[in-house]
Order: sequence, then structure tokens, then C-alpha cells
Amino acid sequence: MKTVQFDALIIGAGGAGMNAALQLADAQLQVAVVSKVFPTRSHTVAAQGGVNAALGNVMADKWHWHMFDTVKGSDYLGDQDAIEHMCREAIPTVYELEHNGVPFSRLDNGKIYQRPFGGQSQEFGGKQAARTCAAADRTGHAILHSLYQQNIRAKTHFFDEYFAVDLIRDEEGFILGVLALEIATGEPILIESKATLIATGGGGQVYRTTSNAHINTGDGMAMALRAGIPLQDMEFFQFHPTGIAGKGMLITEGVRGEGGYLINSEGERFMERYASMAKDLASRDVVSRAIVTEINEGRGCGPNKDHVLLKVDHLGEEVVAKRLPSIRESSRIFAGIDPVEEPIPVFPTAHYMMGGIPTDRFARVVMPLGEEQDEQNAVIPGLYAAGECACASVHGANRLGGNSLLDILVFGRLAGKDIIDYVKNNPEHRPLNQASVDRALYRLNRWELPPEGEALSVNELRCELQKLMEDHAGVFRSEEVMQKGVLKLQALRKKLAQVRLQHRGKVFNTARIEALELENLFDIGMAIAVAAANRKESRGAHARPDYPKRDDQNWMKHSLYFQQGDRLSYKAVRSTPLSVESFPPKERIY
Amino acid sequence: MSRLTPAEEKARLRWQCRRGLLELDFILAEFLEQHYDDLSDALQQQFVCLLEQSDPDLQRWLISAELTDFLELREVIGLIRRL
Ligand SMILES: Cc1cc2nc3c(=O)[nH]c(=O)nc-3n(C[C@H](O)[C@H](O)[C@H](O)COP(=O)(O)OP(=O)(O)OC[C@H]3O[C@@H](n4cnc5c(N)ncnc54)[C@H](O)[C@@H]3O)c2cc1C
Repeated sequence: MKTVQFDALIIGAGGAGMNAALQLADAQLQVAVVSKVFPTRSHTVAAQGGVNAALGNVMADKWHWHMFDTVKGSDYLGDQDAIEHMCREAIPTVYELEHNGVPFSRLDNGKIYQRPFGGQSQEFGGKQAARTCAAADRTGHAILHSLYQQNIRAKTHFFDEYFAVDLIRDEEGFILGVLALEIATGEPILIESKATLIATGGGGQVYRTTSNAHINTGDGMAMALRAGIPLQDMEFFQFHPTGIAGKGMLITEGVRGEGGYLINSEGERFMERYASMAKDLASRDVVSRAIVTEINEGRGCGPNKDHVLLKVDHLGEEVVAKRLPSIRESSRIFAGIDPVEEPIPVFPTAHYMMGGIPTDRFARVVMPLGEEQDEQNAVIPGLYAAGECACASVHGANRLGGNSLLDILVFGRLAGKDIIDYVKNNPEHRPLNQASVDRALYRLNRWELPPEGEALSVNELRCELQKLMEDHAGVFRSEEVMQKGVLKLQALRKKLAQVRLQHRGKVFNTARIEALELENLFDIGMAIAVAAANRKESRGAHARPDYPKRDDQNWMKHSLYFQQGDRLSYKAVRSTPLSVESFPPKERIY
Repeated sequence: MSRLTPAEEKARLRWQCRRGLLELDFILAEFLEQHYDDLSDALQQQFVCLLEQSDPDLQRWLISAELTDFLELREVIGLIRRL
């Protein structure tokens, strides 16, 4: 098998991976970036809304207010040291991007334009703030494009269209690199590294209705699970309130920022009842739950009363055309209506995973080694995670719009910086562990072994999984529904062993990739379902009708799901910030 | 790399239809599976070239109905938008 060696390996070429790679390549390290699709096709390209930073260009703002909003938005499950760090770093990070050539939209005075987004306030919960910087409606692309160019300049080595299969690990738990598959040839390759960063993005494809592209299958999180690393806070999955009903594509929050609002079948602007101050700009979980409540109580729209409507027509054609051009066409193509004339049918769509691979605020992967407080966050040497696949945890139980691009850029950068030091102190490759390589190879090849019993197709099983997750681990979560979900999922997972490839070619065999992705979806689906069924409170995105209140006494703690035995454990939230006073938990009212 | 067979080439295109935007995943994959085989060689080549463009450009041309400067791509874009 072909084997190559690098100082640092980055799995994933989204905003997180490429910002890390840039630090490393600029520091003259040999850095490999592996991506299953061409880097600028990473999902970061979809982030059109923008990135938060308290620049105060449109109205007064401070990082401390941004921090308060993020802690409150997280429903007090976020780690306040990491949140403080991120909100302070936001400002230089955005200016650095500007410096790197990202064409941010500007005010007449030449400063970066900032729009209001849900959950943003001045003066710790006062008036609406405007904190989101955007490059027209292609912020994500502008960021990826600049970072890719910079990485090419800095001589980062890209493995484009290589699929990472599994981490290679030795008996002591050190990560030695990754086994990957060259998609074009079907040949495996072993990439050995002194330090490894997982930056593989989210896994929205685990649900049927999702805003996430097909590539978002949670691969890196599943690889971590199989390497014995737990996943943190997986029960917290954000449903974006406004996906095109029945399809999942997102209608950005910017629409409501510009003055669009939701109505039910009676034409009522119902968010006024749920969030008297922020109304339609309330935090995402609040709006999602309101929509599903309206539908459950019979005030849904359409023949099946299964969605609500987003009204934009009052803004006028000019505003829509100028500020929200892509929304108009999206509605035409995927919903069959023109929002200038008719409201858009919407339903909550699986959008963002708050949970992921547990890290500290330097993006180092941590896991508990014992029961004691000081053993809860033991660093796994040389292993890092950043971006949507990681859990720092800055979003806690609920992420604010515009904070995710920020998270990936800040922690990608910090990971890069930490890896530079790590490699300096650990200049040698550790000896390869053949048993681990063999396990990964088996996983790659087992789809072609003769089936025991009836062979199942990937497609069939994926649809079943996605439906099951939507029905049993979606927006509303009661005990019975979720417990049933876990059992069903455990049963369905057994069928995975019967999946066989219908096509065995080597060249661009997408069927093989889809099979590997399906296995990853099962792994993270199980983590979500088990963690959700066990959290007996409502917090942020995790809303239970049978436990409608947040329970700080018993549940202000992070969950950790271990794959072996579908086991959970818990660890304390880090409520002490770095330099300011802690924000104590309060009821979240918008 | 050696030349691909037609089946391999289609498999390659299938992977090129995997994009960063869900909207494009839907539009491109559907077009590939349902219409690509029936296209003339010239249009097939246009589609191949289209897949090499960036996601925001594809979004502008296929979803936002902006006219492309790429004259040689106009026909396939028009076709995808009509279908
Ligand atoms: C429609 C939409 C709009 C959004 N808008 C905003 C917004 O306005 N503001 C905001 O802050 N956030 C937004 N988000 C969220 C944000 O875009 C994502 O959380 C963020 O881009 C994730 O970045 P990332 O670097 O972690 O991963 P990604 O950009 O998803 O990149 C993952 C990378 O990993 C690679 N990869 C994955 N698996 C493998 C594997 N097995 N082998 C090899 N490579 C692999 C992929 O090829 C890719 O390069 C939005 C999300 C969606 C869905």
C-alpha cells in the first residue's frame, strides 16, 4: 500500500481545515489536507448569512455583549472560557480575513456592513444589535476561496477527492494518521502524521429534512467514535426554523433580519406570542418550537396543515431583489412560488450540530481518563478537532446564527498554532500500528464479502435511518418516542451488516463511498438518539414536552457518548470565563 | 490517469455533482441521472465543463437565473433550467 508521511495531517478542507493548514504551511511545516470533494466545494460555501464579530460599525457593540449573547444562546451549556476566547478573537479574525482578501459588504463610510441576526443584543440583553459581517450573500465562498488561494501559495499539499476511512491509532491511544481511499482509483493510501486535525464538518444527512449538502455525513465524528473517543452533547441538534417545506433548503435568517415574518393559517404573526421582544428574530430553537407548536395545535398551512408561511411580499420587489436575490429564485425552483407575491411555505430543517468531538479552547481533543474532576479533560496528545465536527464547547445547547463561521475560523486557526508547537516538541513519527491499519482496511473491503442472507442496498437503509431519526430524534422529544427510537435504531443498525455494493468497480465507485458514509451516519445517529433519550430536561435545541423546564440542578453538564455499549457519561460545564465574571444561568426570554 | 470508460466517466461526474450546496446536489444529480445520457456529445461536454465551475457561479446561473458570460455554457444552463 502506498504510504506517505507529513508533519501534520488535516482531514477536511472547509473553513476550519484550511485556516489551520494555512498557519502550518506558513510556519514551513509539511502539511497534508485530505478532502473528499474539491476544497472550495466544502459545505462552508453554503454559509451565506455571515460571520459575527463585535466591530460596532453599524451600532455600538462589545465582545463582552457578544459573549453574553452566546452564553445565553447556549442555554448556559457553553463553556464560558472558550466562549470568551472566541468572542475576543472574533474581531482580529474578521480583520485578518479582510486582509486576506475577503470582499466584505461595506457601508457608505467604507467600514464593513453588519446586519442584525437572531439572538444579538446590546448591553447584555437590551436592544437588537447588528453584529454579522457578510460578503454579499456569498460569505462562505469568499472565505473558502481566499483560504484556498493562500494555502496554494504557502504550498499546502492537497489530497483532493480522497475519502478518509479511519484513524490509525496505537495501543497507547496516540493517533498516527489516517487510512484514506483515492476516489478516482479506488486505491487505499496510508497517510502518517505527527499531529492530526479532524475538520470534517457536520452530519445533517442523518435527518430526512436537512439544509446540509449530501457530503455532510459526520465522517470525522464517526471515525473518532470508532477510535474510542466519545462525542459530546450530541443531543443538541439545531433545526433551522425556516427550511423550504418538504425539501429542506434553507431560507436564511437574513430574510427575517430584513423584515420578513412568520404567519400561521389564521394569518397571525404568531411569534409575537412566543417572544414579545425579539419576535421573529428570537433564537432558532425558540422559533422552531413555535412553528411545530402552531402545526401541532392545528394552525398549520396548506392542504395537510404541515407547515407555516414566511411573509416577505410586504418588503417590496426592490428590497427582495437587492438584498435577498437568491431566496427569490430558490423559492421559485424548490417551492414553486414567487415570494414577492406569495409567502414561502416553511418547516424546521436539520441544520447544525452543536455537539461533536470534545476539545478544549486550543482545539485539542480531550476525553475523561477517570472519574475525578481533574481527569475529565485529559488531552489526547497530537489529536485536534475544529469546526462543526468539534465541540469546544462554544454553542452549548444552541448556536446563534453567524457564530459557526466564527467558530470554524477561530478554532481552526488556534489548532494550527498549537500543532506548530506540538510538532516542534514531538519531531518524530511514532511506529506504525499494523493491527489498526488492518482494521481500517477490513472496513474498506468488507462490503464485497459474500452476504449472509439477503443483501441490502445503501439507499434503502439510508432512507429508513433518516426517517427514523426525524420521527424519533427531531424537534419535539418525548420519553416514549425517543426510547422507541433507540430500540428501533439498534435493530436497524444490525442490518448494516447485510449491505452490499451493487457495483464493484474501482474507479469513482460512489456506491462504496456512500456505503462508508451510511455507516458513519449510523454511528452518529446512535449517538444523537442515545444522548437525547437520556437528557431529562429541556435546554436549547433539546425540547421535551414531558420535561418542559431547564434543570440546572441536575443537568447543567455535558453528555459524552461512547460507542462501545452505547454508553453515556457526563462532565461539568466550565462556567468560569478567562478574565470576566461568570454569567450565571437565568431563564432565557427573548 | 488512463482514459475512462463511458461508465467510469459517468461515475466520475456523479462525484462531481456532490457540491457544498444542497440545492445544487439536487439539481445536478437529477440532471445527470435523468438527462445526461440523452444529450448530444457537445452538450455532454458543456455539462462536464459546467461541473468545473464554482458553487456560487452555478447557483447564480442555475438558481438565480443570471446570464453567464461563458457563452459556451449557455445552452446546457438553459436546458437544466427548463427541465
Ligand atoms: C445552508 C447553510 C447555511 C449556513 N449559513 C451560515 C452562516 O451564515 N453563518 C455561519 O456562521 N454558519 C452558517 N452555517 C454553518 C456553517 O456553514 C458550517 O457549520 C461550517 O461551514 C462548517 O465548516 P467546517 O470547516 O467545520 O466544515 P465543512 O465546510 O463542512 O468542511 C468539511 C470538510 O471535510 C471534508 N470531509 C468530510 N468528510 C471527509 C472524509 N471522510 N474524508 C475526507 N474529507 C472529508 C469535506 O470534503 C470538507 O472539505 C450554515 C450552514 C448551512 C447548512
